[in-house]
Amino acid sequence: MIHLHYFAGIKEVAGKAEEDIDWVDGTAADVLKWAKKSYPSFDFSSVQIAINEEYVLETEPVKPGDHVAFIPPVSGG
Amino acid sequence: MDAGLIKPFEVTKKPLEPARYMEYVTHPGAGAVTLFAGTVREWTNGKRTMHLEYEAYEPMAEKKLAEIGSEIEEKWPNSRVAIVHRIGALAISDIAVVIAVSSPHRKAAYEANEYAIEQIKRVVPIWKKEIWEDGEEWIGDQAYKPGGEQY
Repeated sequence: MIHLHYFAGIKEVAGKAEEDIDWVDGTAADVLKWAKKSYPSFDFSSVQIAINEEYVLETEPVKPGDHVAFIPPVSGG
Repeated sequence: MDAGLIKPFEVTKKPLEPARYMEYVTHPGAGAVTLFAGTVREWTNGKRTMHLEYEAYEPMAEKKLAEIGSEIEEKWPNSRVAIVHRIGALAISDIAVVIAVSSPHRKAAYEANEYAIEQIKRVVPIWKKEIWEDGEEWIGDQAYKPGGEQY
C-alpha cells in the first residue's frame, strides 16, 4: 500500500486530500499513470511528484509505505 | 511576545506578525535587516479578488522553507533567516508571507531576501486560489515547467 496526497485543483477533482492504494512495485511514473486513469478530468501535464516530501524524477522507485504527493505548479508568496 | 517561541520556518493558519521575525533575526553581528511582507492584492490582471485561499503540503513546505534558509546562510555568510507563510482564507491586504533576513551589510540582506521569495514561488508546495465575484481558480505559476529546473 502507498499513501497518496492531493492538493489544490487535484484535490477538488479527486474529492479528497488523501487516499491509500494497493502497491507492490513500480516507479513515480506508474503512480502518475494510475492517477491520470483514475482522475481523467485533471490535467497532470505540469504536475511534479514528491516521494516522502522530496521532489523526484518519474524514474524514482515507489515502495510500499511511501507517501506520494502530486504537486501542481506552486503559487505561494 | 517571546522571540524564543518562534519557529523560523513555518506554515501557519494564524495571522503573521512581522515584527516578531525581525526581532528573531536581529543580532549584534547584523548591520542590516530586510523585512519583506507579501500581501493580498485586490486587482490582478483587471480581475477583482474578493479573497484568497492558501493551501500547503505542510510538512514538505516547512522543510523546503528551512532548506531555503540553509541555502541563504551558505550563499550569504553570517546571515540569519526566518520565513513564514500563512494558509487558509486571507482577506485583501492580509499578510501571506513574511521573510526576515539579517546580515552584516545591507546588500546581502536585500539579495538574500529576494532570493527567498523567488525560491518560494518555485519550489515550496503552497498554492493559492483566487476567489472573484464571479468565480474562482487555483493559480499555478506556468513559468516554471516540471523537470526544467534543478531543485
